[in-house]
Amino acid sequence: MNKNDTLVKTLFVGISLCLVCSVIISSAAVGLRDQQKYLKQKDQQSKILSSAGLLTNQKSIEELFSAIEERVVNLDTGEYEDSLDPKSFDGKKFEAEDYSRDPLTSIKLATDVDISSLKRRESFKKIYIYKEENEIKAIILPVRGLGLWGTLYGYLAIESDLNTIIGLEYFSHKETPGLGAEVDNPRWKSQWKGKNIYSSTGEIKIEVIKGLVDPESPEKKYQVDGLSGATITSRGVSNMLSFWLGELGYAKFLNRLKEEIERKESLNV
Amino acid sequence: MSKSREILLNPIFNDNPIALQILGICSALAVTTNLYPTLLMCIALTAVICLSNLVVSVIRNQIPTNVRMIVQITIIASLVVVVDELLKAYDYENSKTIGVFVALIVTNCIVMGRAEAFAMQNGPWLSFLDGLGNGLGYSLILIVVATIREFLGAGTLFGYEILVLTQNGGWYLGNNYMVLSSSSFLIIGLFIWLLRSWKTEQIEEPEYRVARNNLETKEAGTRV
Repeated sequence: MNKNDTLVKTLFVGISLCLVCSVIISSAAVGLRDQQKYLKQKDQQSKILSSAGLLTNQKSIEELFSAIEERVVNLDTGEYEDSLDPKSFDGKKFEAEDYSRDPLTSIKLATDVDISSLKRRESFKKIYIYKEENEIKAIILPVRGLGLWGTLYGYLAIESDLNTIIGLEYFSHKETPGLGAEVDNPRWKSQWKGKNIYSSTGEIKIEVIKGLVDPESPEKKYQVDGLSGATITSRGVSNMLSFWLGELGYAKFLNRLKEEIERKESLNV
Repeated sequence: MSKSREILLNPIFNDNPIALQILGICSALAVTTNLYPTLLMCIALTAVICLSNLVVSVIRNQIPTNVRMIVQITIIASLVVVVDELLKAYDYENSKTIGVFVALIVTNCIVMGRAEAFAMQNGPWLSFLDGLGNGLGYSLILIVVATIREFLGAGTLFGYEILVLTQNGGWYLGNNYMVLSSSSFLIIGLFIWLLRSWKTEQIEEPEYRVARNNLETKEAGTRV
């Protein structure tokens, strides 16, 4: 028998290998954690800024982002939730997804309303507001929903009329490169600017259609070209917007905010 | 050709891990839609295979034979985690797309294959060179596949627009087949064909020959 094949030697090699490897892995993980967190945060901030069309090359992301106000919203009441500090709200995962697992901070969605396959929806969401001279210029709402291969996470930016879209930007998705992943295509994304969400009767009309938008169509201000070869992703984007802009999503908050803005305007007049 | 040179250069054309040994195909299909992530993947794999070969070779005389595969996998897996963490810390944007494939380097047959077949029998320096050579052989194929796929599928190279796509207002209609993973099979197949027409010694002997249909001669025989 080989001298290495004794029980003692096997245990010795096994244990010392595990020790050495675990030290290497943990030091890599701990040593690089801050740098990773920094890049991840920067990536999200740049997506938030770019959804609202605020990203420029002249200023750094940190500088630009400092102009953005962060607030936590309670979706069930539509009010701001000031007991939760927006700075530390992010927690572990993307946009407080952990809150959606906790029964205390989320609601279970019935299958007929769960058009984006979320299963549960968290009650608290962090939103971003961009103001110029104390006047709201853009509201950036995090959205998420199922595409073809997985959940798409992104930001929808709307103007202060709470009906006109500024932009839609995804920061994490698993769609097929060249097909569904064209949600990142700048040309496709540029179509969102100026589209309307609600019809005059308050119905959610915005959607990604199949094929190209007919420039003659009266509905064109609610429609965005479909992604060719990615029907399920396109439908996922539509569903996600209908869900998050609907009653179970931000509708309560947006209605309340609209009243607030109107009240403020009437005072100014 | 000196021995170390032979060990380094052989895996590139003469004994290519993908084209001749048909190993590590999975990642060649998955990451090759764009050149830049492909290049990162090649660097990650080459780094892992060099270091795993080196480490395995250094401790090869201490490894008990009955647990040698577990030891190799532990070393490879640890290296992969470190590479993955580094990628996340320095190129977050790309780690989002190729992160999962970097983690799957653990299961890449080339890495384990070289540790078991070469590093267990040879010294550290030669093992390191063998890892480097195989990493380069793997990279060669991936870069060829990615160049063709990105150029025909998206009209770009390294993200720079070369053919302007119709969806961006140009004339080139991107080839959607090149965007899907299965196109890599086609390109790898063509590459192997070219390689074997150049290096005919790589052509494999057919495993069997179809027997000639001799029905006619028999019939002719009965008639006679």
